[in-house]
Amino acid sequence: MSQVKTTINRRSFLKASALAGGGLMLSFSWLAGCKPKDEELLSMPEKWFEFNSYIKIGNNGVVTLMSPNPEFGSNVKTSMPMILADELDIDWKNVIVQQADFYPERYDRQFTGGSQGIRQGWKPLRTAGATARQMLIDASAKQWNVPAKEITTEAGMLYHKGSGKKAGYGEMASLAATVPVPAEVTTKDVGDFKIIGTSKRNVEGKNIVTGKPLFGMDYKEDGMLIAMIVHPPFGMMIKSLDASSVKSMPGIKDAFTIKTLTADYERNGFDTTSFLELGVIVGNTTWEVMNAKKALKVEFELMPEYTMTMQQWGRGKVTAIMPKGLESTEGHRAEMEKASKAKGDILRKDGNPETAFKNAAKVLERTYTAPHLAHNTMEPANCFANVTADKAEIYGPIQAPGFITDTLAARLKLPKEKIHIKLARMGGGFGIRAYGHHLVEAAVISQTIKAPVKLVYTREDDMTYGIYRPAYTATYRAALDKDNNLIAFHVKGGGIPEHPIHANRFPAGAVDNYLAEGWAIPSNITIGAFRAPRSNFNAAAEQSFLDELAELAGKDPIDFRLELLERARTNPVGKDNDYDPDRYAGVLKLVREKSNWSQPPANVSRGVAAYFCHNTYVAQVVDLKLNGNSPVIENVIAAVDCGIVVNPDAAKNMGEGGIIDGIGNALFGELTFKDGVPEKNNFHQYKMIRQKESPRKVEVHFVKNEEEPTGLGEPLFPPVFAAVANALYKATGRRFYDQPFAKHIEMSPSRM
Amino acid sequence: MATINLKVNGKNLAVDVDPKTPVLWVLRDHLDLVGTKFGCGMAQCGACTIHVDGNAVRSCILPVSQIENKEVVTIEGLSEDGDHPVQKAWLEHDVAQCGYCQAGQIMSAVALLKSNPSPSDEDIENAMNGNICRCATYVRIKAAIKTAANS
Repeated sequence: MSQVKTTINRRSFLKASALAGGGLMLSFSWLAGCKPKDEELLSMPEKWFEFNSYIKIGNNGVVTLMSPNPEFGSNVKTSMPMILADELDIDWKNVIVQQADFYPERYDRQFTGGSQGIRQGWKPLRTAGATARQMLIDASAKQWNVPAKEITTEAGMLYHKGSGKKAGYGEMASLAATVPVPAEVTTKDVGDFKIIGTSKRNVEGKNIVTGKPLFGMDYKEDGMLIAMIVHPPFGMMIKSLDASSVKSMPGIKDAFTIKTLTADYERNGFDTTSFLELGVIVGNTTWEVMNAKKALKVEFELMPEYTMTMQQWGRGKVTAIMPKGLESTEGHRAEMEKASKAKGDILRKDGNPETAFKNAAKVLERTYTAPHLAHNTMEPANCFANVTADKAEIYGPIQAPGFITDTLAARLKLPKEKIHIKLARMGGGFGIRAYGHHLVEAAVISQTIKAPVKLVYTREDDMTYGIYRPAYTATYRAALDKDNNLIAFHVKGGGIPEHPIHANRFPAGAVDNYLAEGWAIPSNITIGAFRAPRSNFNAAAEQSFLDELAELAGKDPIDFRLELLERARTNPVGKDNDYDPDRYAGVLKLVREKSNWSQPPANVSRGVAAYFCHNTYVAQVVDLKLNGNSPVIENVIAAVDCGIVVNPDAAKNMGEGGIIDGIGNALFGELTFKDGVPEKNNFHQYKMIRQKESPRKVEVHFVKNEEEPTGLGEPLFPPVFAAVANALYKATGRRFYDQPFAKHIEMSPSRM
Repeated sequence: MATINLKVNGKNLAVDVDPKTPVLWVLRDHLDLVGTKFGCGMAQCGACTIHVDGNAVRSCILPVSQIENKEVVTIEGLSEDGDHPVQKAWLEHDVAQCGYCQAGQIMSAVALLKSNPSPSDEDIENAMNGNICRCATYVRIKAAIKTAANS
């Protein structure tokens, strides 16, 4: 047991003015199972008692748990309330989960991204649960006139053994909600968890399989109009928009342009707005507006270079330049090739790499590239907004509502407290929904037309709007001595418009002589976070390079990595190494065991990779075959150390998704540009992984320990790129340096 | 505009729309049946899959005039209470992540099992290849179809 000060979330104990009642979207956890038996049916209580922002207890013992973070498919709407429920000590079947609105005064951190939901929610959620439990105990002690420390709880019941007294939480809730909030509470020992560590089904499962309205796209309100946007190619802006070209079309109300940001606005890191002005069409129904969008006459002209002031994470205020011109992938590639041969900014240097390379017995140098990627969430961007003279109501898919409220306030000229954002379930996020441009656009349109409106992007709008995973290039160089020890390692990486390098990651710390350099080329094609930003390239490149290096050194690729990790553990080089060598080695050892590494199944080609990012350690083995030139992934075996696993089956699901998404992007993912225009705008051109290319089997194994939990949305994604490349090498005899790999396989003779 | 007579999920309905309007938008905007999803608008992703006379079709490119007097079933009409064997299998395997594509996946799976009650892996891969799941829950989708086939 540990004592936790409750003051850390004191602000979350503000009493709400309105308690849960009619008209709210409720998720009953038992709905996720089969049809409940009558005795299991929850009846709604007559009265609710609020203990804190997260917890309400009904007079009949039913408990409402608020899920603070936006849900985009990582299942936080189930797993975060599980943490509350365990510390509160209730029966999961008596739980109703409700999505919290964005409400920073009441919740600690409402941001879904960076695989941080569970990691950063762990303490506040446990504290909130344990605090409400303690208040129930204190109330019972008062009512029964017994010492609080003699009272125990189990599954929503309070017991005093000495007197034989007992009560349900519901019976005690009225009194308990009024007792003082304790200054300190006791949380459970890991071994005492009853809900954490058991698999609970998605609380929205039943609503999903029956097609209930859960998404922003599904929202409807009386008097609501539909809006769509028209945007220019990158490097251009709107010259003119002829509203008369569509105004007489059926159902069309108006067409006009909107400014997305005010000129003097200082942007934050998630204010990426690809276009400063957009064309807008408003009408009655989606199909009518879609037709008008095709008919709308808009002219574009070249955009001059412009500068913008931005607050960037870790860098403070920076002035960024948006260059002029119509960019193409061909030009990008030439610029990157040139930049990769020049010196970059030194990001970390240990020892004397120059001398070590001169004295090397063997040197390996390889260059890796990866293209821009579009996120392609299944639900295109959309948002409902109703902006009136004194307030804004917004409902839409957003991972980071806290970052867009300042933008909304500045653009709408409304005080922040008058902007109310409700969090829709997102039809995927993968990073792009951290950027709330669509919320601002919907709000500005509503303010302009003085009516509630739902902004809907077509697939083409969504794919061509920008905020892509950047294109990257990195050159890796390594020196081996005559005994095949790694004596120097050099990475120089860059991209459009940012470099991908994490300078303090492995193998930094494991090599005496180390150099990391970065370079960047400005671009007017906007980029943003994409599932495991930067790591999704680094892991692919670095872990392919280490595979080739191990081969050059004549070592088994797992043994080679373990040797380096042993060096980092016993005698680390430099400071600020950002990984724990023991846990890193742990996942490699587990995947070696689970994959039966030394004895692969007959007729498969096997590759391994490992990576640490977003606080979680992952190692993966890919077994594949070639069917002609098409890779068939027979099995992926993953070993993961994310500390305590809150919801094991859901965690496996997340891992399977990350792995298959990684395989898809490694083999097929690519967005190219010609004169500022993306060359793909829908799924007939943009190849996504489908059922046929999916692995036959995926195994996700977790290291068992009592470390505090870390996230899973991102960490399984990056290493599988390299595990696929390394397996493809075994299958074809060729190394794969340039993503996406599938088109290169088609040029190579098959060895199978 | 024209009045189009429809039979959706067993109910006779009439809508007054442009006959060229895709069924998807009639369902979503006019009939408030939003379980059928918009993903691509060009029959490439499968999120809009419905049944017309028992066959799985993409509603995003199907003009509403073509379904007059035909039996249309959407995800909302698949069962009374979400207890169709395929829906139950989806819950048993806890398939969904974001959930956006799953209605379309389920509608494709139901049509597959109707024509082929015990599909092989290859049959499943062929029948389900038109439905993209961006969360990549493909392994669970396949397992759920097998469970439903055996129930």
